[in-house]
Amino acid sequence: MKINAIKFLTLSILAATSFVSCNNDDTVVAEEQTDFSGTYVQKDQMARPAINTVFIASGAPKDAFNTTTPSAMGANYQGTFQSRLLALNPGYTTNALGQTAAQFTGLLATDVLGVSKTGTTTFFDGTNVLTGRALADDVIDVELLLIFGGPTGGSNPNLTSDHVNANDKPFLTSFPYLAAAW
Amino acid sequence: MKKSKLYISLSLVAITGLLLVAADHIDSPGVSNTGNDITDVYAFQGADTNNLVFVVNSQGLLTPGTTGAATFKENVLTEINIDNNGDNVEDLVIQAIRRGNKMHFFGPVAPGTPGTSSTIKTSNAAGSVEISQYGSPAITSTSGGMKFFAGPRDDPFFFDLGQYQAILGGTASGFNNPGTDTFAGTNVLSTVIEVPKSLLGTSSSINVWAETKEKQ
Repeated sequence: MKINAIKFLTLSILAATSFVSCNNDDTVVAEEQTDFSGTYVQKDQMARPAINTVFIASGAPKDAFNTTTPSAMGANYQGTFQSRLLALNPGYTTNALGQTAAQFTGLLATDVLGVSKTGTTTFFDGTNVLTGRALADDVIDVELLLIFGGPTGGSNPNLTSDHVNANDKPFLTSFPYLAAAW
Repeated sequence: MKKSKLYISLSLVAITGLLLVAADHIDSPGVSNTGNDITDVYAFQGADTNNLVFVVNSQGLLTPGTTGAATFKENVLTEINIDNNGDNVEDLVIQAIRRGNKMHFFGPVAPGTPGTSSTIKTSNAAGSVEISQYGSPAITSTSGGMKFFAGPRDDPFFFDLGQYQAILGGTASGFNNPGTDTFAGTNVLSTVIEVPKSLLGTSSSINVWAETKEKQ
């Protein structure tokens, strides 16, 4: 397998070299030389917004979390997340979804984003919960509400919204959807 | 009064390197300044409701002055992981990597071996797109029902990070109304992929996460 890859690479280089010598078609040369070989090892991962930055200490713990596969996150990090939640909000009982600290952090510790293939895709729109993440979703307010808002969402009212409710540029209605750079 | 407090708190934050709590905008030492740092992941239904759109943003807090020089790295593979049977192990991956002035895409395809180590699925090339340049119109491409974009965009994230830090630091007791969007006027490097739902398996929902992987 490896030898084959090396042979292929050698052939490609030879081919590229001969192309250069007899014609100036740069695109052909570029295609021939494109090398996608090698092994790529994980450095960062992310799904739900702000979760690992809020719940995992910076430095070595974050590097470790960033390379833990999601299927192993719950068992390894639920306890850490719960301690952090109770440090942020010592008065936590349940949240607006009715989750205890253990249930809420059990959900958060496995950092994947659930996405519906059959309907509305939103972090939270008043009806649908965690069915995706749309560009305009006010994800921070959702998270603040669940962390600080208590069972009714009415606790700690000065902490449950940052009062920044929309992006600083309108999004596009068609691909690539994100606004042009500033 | 409030404003100057916020500025002081923000500069302290910047000085001490504690600018952490964005949607992951400045990550840990292992990924900072390497092109590996993912700032945000989005997944939503496309304008064509038969499609899903995946957005992976990196290299956050680019100013208009620094955006033009920001580049995708050729040794960094961006991988969108898709679990379609609820076990939080990827069943499909979509890969993106830069070569020259293009971003190349592969998949969606079974990863072979799931986990933290990947090879590029060269047998499953999906298409490529010329990387859009700062200040120029967006360049997109379409191939096999999929759409592709790679280049600088406005950071779609919004959050009063400064005030949140002040609260955590004990110098404020709550948010201001209105708040101040710390990410206003800043850019990111975006990779955007639109995919027919039919290419992602038959489940009614999926679990998604994005990874960056560096060539060894």
